[in-house]
Amino acid sequence: MHKFFIRSFVSSLVLLFTFTVAAIAKDVKAAFVYIGPTGDHGWTYQHDVGRKAVEAAGFKTTYVEGVPESADAERVLRQLANSGHDVIFTTSFGYMNPTNKVAKEFPNVKFEHATGYKREHPNVSTYAARFYEGRTILGTIAGTMTKSNVIGYVASFPIPEVIRGINSFTLAAQKVNPNIKTKIVWAFTWYDPGKEAEAAKALIDQGADVIAQHTDSTAIVQIAEKAGVYAFGQASDMDKFAPKAVLTSVENNWGPYYVDRVKAVANGTWSQKDTWHGIGDGMVVISDLDSQMPADLRSKVKKLQADLASGKVHSFTGPIYDQKGNLMVAEGKTADDGMLAGMMTYVKGVEGDIPK
Amino acid sequence: MIKIVKRDQPSRAIFFFTPVLAIFLTLVAGGLIFFILGFKPFEALKFFFIVPIADKYGFSELLLKATPLCLIAIGLSFCFKSNNWNIGAEGQLTFGAIVSGGVALLFYEQEGFYILPIVILAGAIGGMLYASIPAILKTYFNTNEILVSLMLVYVSKLILDYLVVGPWSNPEGFNFPETRQFSDSAKLPLLFEGLRIHAGIFLALAAVVISWFVFYKTYLGFQMKVSGFSLKTAKYAGYKGKKMIILVFLISGACAGLAGVGEITGPIGQLHREISPDYGFTAIIVAFLGRLHPVGIIFASLVVAITYLGAETAQIFMQIPKYTGQVFQGMILFFLLASDYLLFFKIKFIGSKK
Repeated sequence: MHKFFIRSFVSSLVLLFTFTVAAIAKDVKAAFVYIGPTGDHGWTYQHDVGRKAVEAAGFKTTYVEGVPESADAERVLRQLANSGHDVIFTTSFGYMNPTNKVAKEFPNVKFEHATGYKREHPNVSTYAARFYEGRTILGTIAGTMTKSNVIGYVASFPIPEVIRGINSFTLAAQKVNPNIKTKIVWAFTWYDPGKEAEAAKALIDQGADVIAQHTDSTAIVQIAEKAGVYAFGQASDMDKFAPKAVLTSVENNWGPYYVDRVKAVANGTWSQKDTWHGIGDGMVVISDLDSQMPADLRSKVKKLQADLASGKVHSFTGPIYDQKGNLMVAEGKTADDGMLAGMMTYVKGVEGDIPK
Repeated sequence: MIKIVKRDQPSRAIFFFTPVLAIFLTLVAGGLIFFILGFKPFEALKFFFIVPIADKYGFSELLLKATPLCLIAIGLSFCFKSNNWNIGAEGQLTFGAIVSGGVALLFYEQEGFYILPIVILAGAIGGMLYASIPAILKTYFNTNEILVSLMLVYVSKLILDYLVVGPWSNPEGFNFPETRQFSDSAKLPLLFEGLRIHAGIFLALAAVVISWFVFYKTYLGFQMKVSGFSLKTAKYAGYKGKKMIILVFLISGACAGLAGVGEITGPIGQLHREISPDYGFTAIIVAFLGRLHPVGIIFASLVVAITYLGAETAQIFMQIPKYTGQVFQGMILFFLLASDYLLFFKIKFIGSKK
């Protein structure tokens, strides 16, 4: 009799536990805050693809699009935290201070801020992708495919993220073609089809026959298509917008990370982290390689992709010199994450100065 | 049979009735749009207009949002009443914020009661300086103030971009486009613990009272009214038009500048690229919806503010696209302009003669 009670007690506990876990797992709600419209086919679009992956994994999600980085961000965050969301992904740099401010008031809600560096409270994590690895691939392709040896690059803002991209792109291009020059036009926007198109036209007028971009709209690849030069898709696979111009795209693949983190919240294993994933972890994905590229280039790119993923090749392997010829990374060494995070100097071969 | 007849005199009752009619028509059209999009219209309207302000916090957010709109619209009403088309309040807001933000950064990590008044004053002066450009160009060079003030908006945003990307960017901020956070002495005090509503609301209320006094109790107000009705009459009466034009632009710029101060020293606490979700432009809708009347503007700013909040709530709870908020703002203005037709014409229903 005694044993029976203990047994039934234990088994009912186990049952109860299983049900609770199942119930919690289903009940976790994730919210996403976007800077742009979900239909931008760039930055926000890809975050929304990630959100859909979270839905597909069986969790409820909410999103708010077009949230300005003004005083409004804080209200949206507080409202989401207040309305039963357990984890909130804030997907633009400008949400950094509001995220930390609201996180302080809601210690039980987890906050995940993309591309920032402030984690002032234990419930704030940050995440970003090593897009520069993708740019090593693009640089290799651009250096091989260019005939004029002038490569255009539409940049957004002079922050380390963008400078790092320009450098890794140029280093890779130089490796296959020492004569190339990278010309930069600063658009001072992340998303403005008009300005981006102007920048692309200016670069084509200066003789660029391959255009790379660190802005989010499809305007640049469309201009390239018209002008008959090559380009690369940014954030999402932009091949369908410019089938002849786009050689490949670097896709931002947030889905696996989002699913992981929401599951961690559901299991109670979520903890603060600073994530910086690249090709190896699948956060950076290279789209299909266009058939206009010679077969040997395609196989070379495939191998480079595998080597970047395994860590055999690093985008910033010495010797690397800056524009003035000073050594930045010694031969045989690779740049560490600290150097990458604060990178504010161009490497040799980039034309012009960083706007100050 | 329906006949449209011109009124001998614009109807005063309809003058104040049309804004209400416009809001009503907006609600009907909005409900219809929700219905077409496949949402339950009444539920959607509830999440849009009632849920966001149903609690204390929501109501404080409404006031926070309405404060800059009200302040700018009051300033604009000085211009619009006197036939001066200042479309560049957004630029005056931005430039005011730049000047006051610069002063606030000068006092970085310093405390003192005197800092905040200087910061506020700097913002007003910045807005005035910026508004004086279209005013002076209009009075002395006959330029079109609509074009000049509008173009200066983009100039001010580029100046702000340059400053936060370059010389004023936070030295510890990895070159991201933002300044340091202001010290507490340079920030407007919060009115209640846990709410974001700040002392800036008193600036808006003061502007309401002062503008009412100026419009209806002073010679300047009378001059503005006459110039608004007919510039020729004003000239015959011997009013010094140039002085008045410059004065109304300065007042308008000061108000917009103060709205900028309220944002950066209130909820934002630093300068970065996006300090205003186009308050300067939205305030034009507010000014007209409020019939350029100080009390009307208070109500109008609350109505327009709620379209911002409602759009967020409707997206969070019903997955309605957030951009419907802008659709609502557009519809309000559209219906207001359309129903203004009734000011000058009346519709007569005439029985068919037999």
